[in-house]
Amino acid sequence: MPNLNINGRNVSVDAAGDSPLLWAIREQLQMTGTKFGCGAGLCGACTVHVNGEAVRSCQTMVSEVAGKKIVTIEGLSAKGDHPLQKAWIAEQVPQCGYCQSGQIMQAAALLAKNNNPTREEVVEHMDGNLCRCMTYARIQKAIMRAASEMRTASNVSGDRRAT
Amino acid sequence: MNTHVKISQSTDLSRRSFLVGTAAAGLALGYSAVPGLDSAWAATAPASFDPSVWYSIAPDGLVTVTVGKADMGQHVASTMAQIVCEELGANWKDMRVQLASNDPKYNDPVLGAQITGGSWSTMMNFEAMSRGGAAGRIALTEAAASAMGVPAGELVVRDGVISHPKSKKQMSFAEIVKSGKATKTFTPEELKAIKLKTPDQYTMIGVSVPQLDIPEKTRGAAKYGIDTMLPGMAYGALVTPPVRFGATVKSVDDSDAKKVPGFIKAVTLDDKTGTTSGWVVAVASTYQNARKAAGALKIAYDGGPNAKTSSESLFAEAKRLQALEDSGQFFVKDGDPKAALATASKVMEAEYTTNINIHAPMEPMNATAEFKGDILHIYTGNQFATRTGAIAAGAAGIDPKFVVMHQAWLGGGFGRRLDADMVVPAVQAAKAVGKPVKLIYSRENDMTMDFSRPLTYQKVKAGLDGDGRLIALSHDVVSAWPTQRWGIPDFLTPSVDKKGPLDSFTVNGSDFFYTVPNHHVRAIKNELAHNATPSGQLRSVAPGWTFWAVESMIDELAHSVGKDPAQYRIDMLDGKGANAGGAQRLRNTLLAAMGMAGYGTKQLPKGEGMGVACVSSQERATASWTACVAHVAVAPSGEVKVKKLTVATDVGTQVNPDGIQAQVSGAALWGMSLALFEKATLKDGGIEQTNFDSYTPLRMSQMPEIAVSVIANGEKATGVGEPAVTVVAPAIGNAVFNAVGARVRSLPITAEAVKAAMKA
Repeated sequence: MPNLNINGRNVSVDAAGDSPLLWAIREQLQMTGTKFGCGAGLCGACTVHVNGEAVRSCQTMVSEVAGKKIVTIEGLSAKGDHPLQKAWIAEQVPQCGYCQSGQIMQAAALLAKNNNPTREEVVEHMDGNLCRCMTYARIQKAIMRAASEMRTASNVSGDRRAT
Repeated sequence: MNTHVKISQSTDLSRRSFLVGTAAAGLALGYSAVPGLDSAWAATAPASFDPSVWYSIAPDGLVTVTVGKADMGQHVASTMAQIVCEELGANWKDMRVQLASNDPKYNDPVLGAQITGGSWSTMMNFEAMSRGGAAGRIALTEAAASAMGVPAGELVVRDGVISHPKSKKQMSFAEIVKSGKATKTFTPEELKAIKLKTPDQYTMIGVSVPQLDIPEKTRGAAKYGIDTMLPGMAYGALVTPPVRFGATVKSVDDSDAKKVPGFIKAVTLDDKTGTTSGWVVAVASTYQNARKAAGALKIAYDGGPNAKTSSESLFAEAKRLQALEDSGQFFVKDGDPKAALATASKVMEAEYTTNINIHAPMEPMNATAEFKGDILHIYTGNQFATRTGAIAAGAAGIDPKFVVMHQAWLGGGFGRRLDADMVVPAVQAAKAVGKPVKLIYSRENDMTMDFSRPLTYQKVKAGLDGDGRLIALSHDVVSAWPTQRWGIPDFLTPSVDKKGPLDSFTVNGSDFFYTVPNHHVRAIKNELAHNATPSGQLRSVAPGWTFWAVESMIDELAHSVGKDPAQYRIDMLDGKGANAGGAQRLRNTLLAAMGMAGYGTKQLPKGEGMGVACVSSQERATASWTACVAHVAVAPSGEVKVKKLTVATDVGTQVNPDGIQAQVSGAALWGMSLALFEKATLKDGGIEQTNFDSYTPLRMSQMPEIAVSVIANGEKATGVGEPAVTVVAPAIGNAVFNAVGARVRSLPITAEAVKAAMKA
């Protein structure tokens, strides 16, 4: 049985190595925040992080991620208070909400590397994530808001180090 | 013809008369009389206070509103809570929502069923929620008055606290409920007699309070139908035939499927409800194994009567039907267009078409079925629990009263989840394997078996007098009839020529608010399309195509007589006769959109143009007056880039302005996606597009600038989920014409079509 490291926990899943990570997460671990949308890597609803990269879990086999650090929406923050999650509430982004775990995970991978993205960088990074309710404008606003909060937070902690 | 489950009269389905007092306590409907029913959701804690069927106040002061509406992202649950909260005088932070079962006591008070669509929910539930909320406030106030020993008339209710300013005494809702003194109940007559707040007294309606469902949707914690987990559950994967409807299974060879670990059984559906045809379910221990087994099944089909149909053959049939003198039934029959056309100084005619469109909500169709004792439990997010429960019963061969629908958040609805197909394979698989089964469509199943927006063909003939005024309009609408397919007579509309009921959900919108003395609209059913592509209600339904034709033609007429298309519309919105009121509101909305967009105020660069459209969607009686100015840039290749959409909409009363902004923006973008990016085609009886590589809704990079202005003038609240969809395609088409002189009459508008029209 493959062993996986998900959200900081080591777990073994009863799934063949050629099973998509998506279904291991949803069925074996019963973490349903990661969504099935297309099964073909075309919509982004199933996005999770593997070693910090945003990947489509429907296209990632369990055997490929053994020993790697997997993070799902449930593990993005301890209390659901990642700057993106707070910004998603502040901007009232979700409508049906089904794609939003994937949107947030996709955006989090961008902001982890670049907390001052341009609008064009956001669009390029997010274009693979479909939202059928078309909440794109609010997604963009929320990413910019979260980026701003992350910059402020890093400046503050930088100040502390300096003093 | 499909055969349909007959909806039991006891479910009180679809009565559109106003059932005053449904919100009264003690209504003797429901499942309480059904033996063996696990009625945990209906039971309320003994110490809580239930002033209305719609909500309950617990001893801790939390107010839980039970919502009989499907919440698919329009935040209708939160909206219902907001309306209750206004009259109840509760604190927003104490409001909670829960989703109702299909117990008829939660039926829509106007529609008499649990159905969510038509942009109806706010307008049709505003009064019931308000009266329920007010009843609670009155009961709590009387209890507080008695406890404090003061006159009820001297008490003030605010933010969940009832206070007596003179004596400075106060009690919270929690304290009053705990006291057990709040016991007053209301008869329907008493409820009706309650004097509701006037808009100047509102403190909650019109405020953008945070939507209650949003926090859990940012944590992956909101539960959708697909997230259902039951002990001992198996999984079902669907195999659907290459033909959309009418195929039958000749044989199933499961010898290879048996080699898949965890495979349990292949179940060929025997669907007496007529909802599906030729479907097989592979059941296994996990979804992955079920999919593998589904892929390993070797199934032979008889393609059935529709196996040769195509988009082309459906269009050809539509044209044939339209050309017949006696086709269809009249939806509008004012004056005599034929005679008026004969004497008109100018006659124009044009054909407008729309292709098949697929709902493709992000959550693929799914349902979990479990037989427990005498009760069939269905777990799925659904927009029409009343009918879907009956279809599940039909699939199981039991009485509908033994079906309990467990509602979930919907991962997109858009009308797709008005349908019931997903319960049929779940029910029959669960029955066949003797376990609960969660059935999940692949995206390919979901797209090829969609109850799609029908392909439509419209012929419009217009006559102008010597001053360029529109004096005659003859409008034929040929399509499949999605709502007739439901088999519920009450949803159909008598034709004005008394040729039997017609499906007004194929022609709504064509009964516009322009003053045209001679105006006929014929609704013509395309039986071939109806059978080959069982169609459904796709966000905005008929006005999504009728206004495409009407608002394009009005533009063509204006240009033909050298008038500004916006001014031409304004002149026709004169509010004469039956158009009084509505026409003026639509005119004002159009002017608002023109003003916001700067229409006509500046010279645009070559290849750019603005176009207008205005609509009274969804229905004449339930209109949200909506106008759009589209600003486009058209490349020499014919490619259309939408630079900006400016939308104004008159919704009467806003409950949650931020929520309305979200809905109207989303609707306008949905309209743009349909106008430019979404096209499905039928070939050999099957839908050719199978996933988001070939069916391509708008993505973030295709977003235009968008500006929405909401007019709230104190009239009754109207709906906002759909109307803005319908105004965008004609506005874009008209803008393309103004930009490069290319008139495109088919949706979606493609670069090829624009380029061809530029040359012509």
